[in-house]
Amino acid sequence: MSLELVCPAGTPAALRAAIDAGADTVYCGFRDCTNARNYPGLNFDVREMAEGVEYAHRHGRKVLAAVNTFPRAGDPAPWHAAIDNAAAAGIDAVILADLGVLDYAQRRHPELRRHLSVQASASNELSIAFYRDRFDIKRVVLPRVLSVEQVAALVRRIGIETEVFAFGSVGPMSEGRCFLSSYITGLSPTTEGACAPASHVSYRDDGASTLSRLGDVTLNRFRQGEPAAYPTPCKGRYVTHGRATYLFEEPVALNAIDILGDLKAAGVTALKIEGRQRSRAYVTEVVSSFRKAIDALERGSNEAVANKLASVAEGQRETTGAYRKGWR
Amino acid sequence: MTSLSQAKLTLGPLLFHWTPAKRRDFYFRIADEAAVDCVYLGEVVCSKRESFFAPHMQEVVHRLVAAGKQVVRSTLALMTLDREVDEARALAESGALVEANDVACLQQVAGRPHVIGPYINVFNEGAQDVVIRDGATRIVLPVEANADTVRVLAGRSTVETELMVFGRQPLSVAMRCYHARSHDLTKDTCQFVCGQDPDGLAADTIDGVGVLTINGTQTLSNGYLVLLQELAALRRMGVTHFRLSPQDVDMVAVARTYRAVLDGTVSLHEAAEELRGLTGEVPWQNGFLHGREGLAWVERELTPA
Repeated sequence: MSLELVCPAGTPAALRAAIDAGADTVYCGFRDCTNARNYPGLNFDVREMAEGVEYAHRHGRKVLAAVNTFPRAGDPAPWHAAIDNAAAAGIDAVILADLGVLDYAQRRHPELRRHLSVQASASNELSIAFYRDRFDIKRVVLPRVLSVEQVAALVRRIGIETEVFAFGSVGPMSEGRCFLSSYITGLSPTTEGACAPASHVSYRDDGASTLSRLGDVTLNRFRQGEPAAYPTPCKGRYVTHGRATYLFEEPVALNAIDILGDLKAAGVTALKIEGRQRSRAYVTEVVSSFRKAIDALERGSNEAVANKLASVAEGQRETTGAYRKGWR
Repeated sequence: MTSLSQAKLTLGPLLFHWTPAKRRDFYFRIADEAAVDCVYLGEVVCSKRESFFAPHMQEVVHRLVAAGKQVVRSTLALMTLDREVDEARALAESGALVEANDVACLQQVAGRPHVIGPYINVFNEGAQDVVIRDGATRIVLPVEANADTVRVLAGRSTVETELMVFGRQPLSVAMRCYHARSHDLTKDTCQFVCGQDPDGLAADTIDGVGVLTINGTQTLSNGYLVLLQELAALRRMGVTHFRLSPQDVDMVAVARTYRAVLDGTVSLHEAAEELRGLTGEVPWQNGFLHGREGLAWVERELTPA
């Protein structure tokens, strides 16, 4: 089996661009708090979702719906509606994280395929086995904190499909249970789906350098031309022992394009490209590069696909993250 | 059964890497002197630390049980190694009352009484129903929960509901060790530098404002969560257990202050004065419960539903 290329779509145009560029599967979310990229101007309404599914199916591809935030107590209706609407749109699978949403989807739509979102932070055999046995999930999106060797060991033991991050940001925190952004902004990525919302981001030029702030907290200061990431709390500079450093993570992007052979050998089913909040041009560029790389791998071609993705990578620098030992 | 004086006080798991002797003496004193009903024991943050305290675990458990405290064994919040998973499995099979902090433990504890820790997301009725069906007898709500969430979940729960009311707020767990990084080391070569900071390592903004605290692979708030003026309202909502998270301050005195508020033997003003004396310069925070930034301090009572 060839590695399945799973690509982001924040808009219907991005969905079509991803399909046209060679995505096997596209994932997207509804335009509300039910998905983990709830940013203004992004995502799909019910009709757009159905049209997207129709476009993908016509090309023999698949669409997944991310319903991967955690419902607020007293207000489960939007999440239940998202599941119902995804099913009605003919979606190929839903990507879920919350125990209650998993339970709802399994009871109401037992035939609707369920994937476990990275927001569930299932990083070991027993966690995945719990979700598999309890909610019959068919695929787990693995947290990007595992080495290739750890991924291979999991694949051998869990007996369901795995999807791993191939391109996007390096997430050092256990996802779905990081409260840093809500600690600073009051808005919750967990229940409202927006980490470091743009409404709370500001920049201030002080002549020689630029300060980036989230809420009332200064996250970084950088010179003109210096690579800097979008100001999420885990990408900021902090002072410890009198020294300002990127304490959590450097402004680098995850790019696994050079280790696709290792991931395939590890038994991975699918590669996830991140970036539902990114432009259609980004989607086209990243998807077509990975398409070429996967096809070259299938041909057994030794010729390396030129890696030209640095220009679209966050901070313009790349890493293989936790896949290689020594990261942690 | 909703009277304030019937609420239980618990001591959450010690999150910091104290020396074995300091940790043992701390728990001996808690056993002998602290007005808490329940004590959580175990390493939540980093499995590399676990072996240090293991030789003292049994004597501490015995001392606490002899003092009439309920003892709950807490698991790691993030497990990735086989060894870590095996230890959690052994703990569950030992028959101890376990606080599950990673979903990995849920299959092991299913069908027997257990506590769902604050690192497992129970934000809504659906998730609450799933864990109660599996046998949870107490649910510790996530630190991010606001008053509406607490009101709904504690109000409808058929099991005990616990909420943290004192200490640095746990904000994230990671595979990476930031304490090690701050010393230009890695998790594998860490030299246990986290042990140098018994109340955590300050991580300030580049313009010198306190914001976060590092504790190994865990990130906490710089301030202490202080829910004192909110206790009565939380109790009316149905919260049964209030958690004090150990800091490197006089926790016996902290427990005495909270107990006095619950028992109505001290005014809120006096209790706050007392607690201020115990917590020194550390800022206080309570924003999450009030629906604000978690780092905020809100000087008002919770609004009734």
